[in-house]
Amino acid sequence: MVTVKVNGQERSFDGDTSMPLLWFLRDELGLTGTKFGCGVALCGACTVHLDGEAVRACGVAMSDVGGKSVTTIEGLHPTGDHAVQVAWRNVNVPQCGYCQVGQIMQAAALLAKTPAPTDTQIDDAMFGNICRCGCYQRIHTAVRAASKGA
Amino acid sequence: MTYQRNQQDVTLANVSRRNMLKGMAGTGAFVLAAQFPAIRSAMAYATGAEKMPHGVVTNPHIFVSIDKDGIVTIVAHRAEMGNGAARTSLPMIVADELDADWARVRVAQSPGDEETYGNQDTDGSRSVRHFIQPMRQVGAGARKMLETAAAKRWGVDVGEVQARMHEVVHKTSGKKLGYGELAADAAALPAPALDTLKLKSPSEFRYIGKGTIPIVDLHDITTGKAIYGQDVRLPNMLYASIERSPVVGGKVASLDDSAAMKVPGVVRVVKIDGTPAPAAFAPLAGVAVIAKNTWAAMKGREALKITWDDGPNGSFDSVAYKAMLEENVRKPGRLERAEGDVDAALKSAAKVVTAEYYSPHLAHATMEPPAATARIENGKLEIWTSVQSPGGARDDIAKRLGFDQKNVVLHNALLGGGFGRKSKWDFAIEAALLCKALEGAPVKVVWTREDDIKHGFYHTVTAERLEAGVDKDNKVVAWRHRSAAPSLFANFQPDDKYPGFIELGMGFVDTPFNVPNVRLESGEAQSHVRVGWFRSVNNVAHAWAIQSFIAEIANELKRDPKDMLLELIGPARIVEAPKKATTEWWDYGEPYDVYPVDTGRLRKVTELAAEKAGWGKKMAPGTGLGIAAHRSFVSYIATVVEVAVDAKGNITVPRVDTAIDCGFYVNPERIRSQTEGAAVMGLSLAKYGEITLKNGRVEQSNFDDYQVIRHYESPAVTNTHIVENSIDVPSSGVGEPGVPPFTPALCNAIFAATGKRIRRLPIGSQLA
Repeated sequence: MVTVKVNGQERSFDGDTSMPLLWFLRDELGLTGTKFGCGVALCGACTVHLDGEAVRACGVAMSDVGGKSVTTIEGLHPTGDHAVQVAWRNVNVPQCGYCQVGQIMQAAALLAKTPAPTDTQIDDAMFGNICRCGCYQRIHTAVRAASKGA
Repeated sequence: MTYQRNQQDVTLANVSRRNMLKGMAGTGAFVLAAQFPAIRSAMAYATGAEKMPHGVVTNPHIFVSIDKDGIVTIVAHRAEMGNGAARTSLPMIVADELDADWARVRVAQSPGDEETYGNQDTDGSRSVRHFIQPMRQVGAGARKMLETAAAKRWGVDVGEVQARMHEVVHKTSGKKLGYGELAADAAALPAPALDTLKLKSPSEFRYIGKGTIPIVDLHDITTGKAIYGQDVRLPNMLYASIERSPVVGGKVASLDDSAAMKVPGVVRVVKIDGTPAPAAFAPLAGVAVIAKNTWAAMKGREALKITWDDGPNGSFDSVAYKAMLEENVRKPGRLERAEGDVDAALKSAAKVVTAEYYSPHLAHATMEPPAATARIENGKLEIWTSVQSPGGARDDIAKRLGFDQKNVVLHNALLGGGFGRKSKWDFAIEAALLCKALEGAPVKVVWTREDDIKHGFYHTVTAERLEAGVDKDNKVVAWRHRSAAPSLFANFQPDDKYPGFIELGMGFVDTPFNVPNVRLESGEAQSHVRVGWFRSVNNVAHAWAIQSFIAEIANELKRDPKDMLLELIGPARIVEAPKKATTEWWDYGEPYDVYPVDTGRLRKVTELAAEKAGWGKKMAPGTGLGIAAHRSFVSYIATVVEVAVDAKGNITVPRVDTAIDCGFYVNPERIRSQTEGAAVMGLSLAKYGEITLKNGRVEQSNFDDYQVIRHYESPAVTNTHIVENSIDVPSSGVGEPGVPPFTPALCNAIFAATGKRIRRLPIGSQLA
């Protein structure tokens, strides 16, 4: 039995603990905001916060999350108005939108640690989040807009 | 409104007509028996829309409902895959003509049903091009109904009233009634005849052409509430992961599923039969593992022991195929178009420039891998998925499973990327077949990224050979172009080994250059893999070869590449559809007199992109500018790429300038996002994109060996310069046309920076 806090709520899981956190969130809890993109931590679509760190939910097994705290997009901000979410809307970032949750979670984790990142720090932090529609220019602008001193 | 969600059960709600009647009749919504008035009479110009299956529907009763509180619900009948056309731009057109307050407009997604809504096949960059006029009529029709209802209520002539920003005003008395107060009366009126509608003049537009309205799903996307095909959940749903034949046309020779069945959570293993070619969008042969969650289905699938009978494509090899294609463009091929005498002109030319280009198969790699969910209850099959052609998919699935069309409902979620992949609904057929095998139990088919990369409908592989004859005055007098690429038509008919008229029309037989002797030929190219349309389709390879070649000619003649390009385009003129073309002159399905090839417009975007990019400015060592221009999807686009190449051959793109003439434009904000995205997609395919096969099997599998552009290497800035046109200039495509000119502009820039000419894609390590 694994117990894990998801968006502040205690959750338990007694299935196959090799199951990635991704499928626990999506299939068991119905938190489909966290997206499935590649399954092997190459695209970042499933980025969530594990004890405050951005991780790929597809690459973290349930056996590794016991006693930890997970934040998904559904728990990032009660009304969806985290500075990153607001910036994303102000810049009209998304096209299809599928990768954007992962992008937002990654950017939120970056800014929590580095409130005023350099361009290179943004490039490095966002390296693992692919956008096939090609919204990178706007993603960069939005991260910058959400950062301190923007 | 469109998507309802609760914690345990995420499904899609939609506005099938039944729901609309049930949910809105009591609230005074427009809900009358459908009338389908003649559509052509009030169109300012004809388009190919009417020739598409089920044409266009302009009835306000179908597309607009208003409740008593004045909330206007507009139906989005096409698929939303990220360009914003389906769920934002088209409803915005309706709202503008309706003079509705956008803050009180909701958008509801229609199910797949072309009889009711008209054509839903969302590809070919057609949404705004085909539906700006019908959606204006829908909005103007609904506005007229509200005005008529108000005039009746007040006992005045309808000429005395005017709808204005969500209310109808009596001009002389100043009396007002809100749209909600009029909805019930208006809903009881017949749809007005189209020739009685008064469309707004462009100066009256509130939303069209302004670019001030964000996409309707923006909030849901940024809060994780937006629902894609992968996200659909039904009560007691099962999950399926399918091991498919690694070779197209292969089948299961033997199967041992005993270990798979022992994986906890696995409930069934179901075989799916393949279909002999031409198989259209039928699923590949496969074995599905069905389980209580996705992970168990994947683990069960890994435990399957299958031997495959590969069939006739099991020896297919991309290296050998490349050599064969190249050989086939070095000899005469099937004639597609001829003017003058190319052989004589090449023989007598002062100089002949020759070059060959090769571009490989590509996978679409939409961020959302394909997915579909199906359930059968009381003889009714329901499908929840993300497809570009929901109506076509529904009809095909009904036929394949032996259901009456009425008993199949296809709910279309948001598409997490389309790019042409989701025009093929093989995954939705899989879900329906598995659901049937499970006696109707709800089941979701989840494609993995590996499934997506290995079992796509790939962008075609192409070999091109171009020869230009130049006379003693440095004028190009002969142009011979041979192209060989397996055809997507092989999905639908016996493979004749040559391109179809659609493929030829995409930047090949429509080459508009001012050259007296032209000969265009196709080389033989048998199909061994599933080829499918990919954003811009054959334009990608054709434009890359042609626009690179023009820069090569310029280099040979020591001319400026932009001047050379303009000289080949020639003076501004309407190109006559060439009478000597041996194949049909296909102009993206449009009437040629409405959408002719206009070299003046091609010149204009070329000059505009060059001017905005500062063409001719002094460039630092290791940097360069490249230019390319191309007409596709009846739009005109030119792109200038600035590139920097370091000593190790690494490419960076600090700036892109794209000029687009897409006729009268509706949503400039989304046009900009499309050109920005096209630059990224163009850079992906140029730098990395390549699907190869060995022993009939795709060698790539995920984003490690099929790379796409990431954040740090994206073009830093793409500037979009949109040509202003009056509403009389027919609207044309936006989603696709940005891709073709990018790659040649990039390669021309690389040449300017390094002197190295790229003739084989992807660039990979060629600059190292």
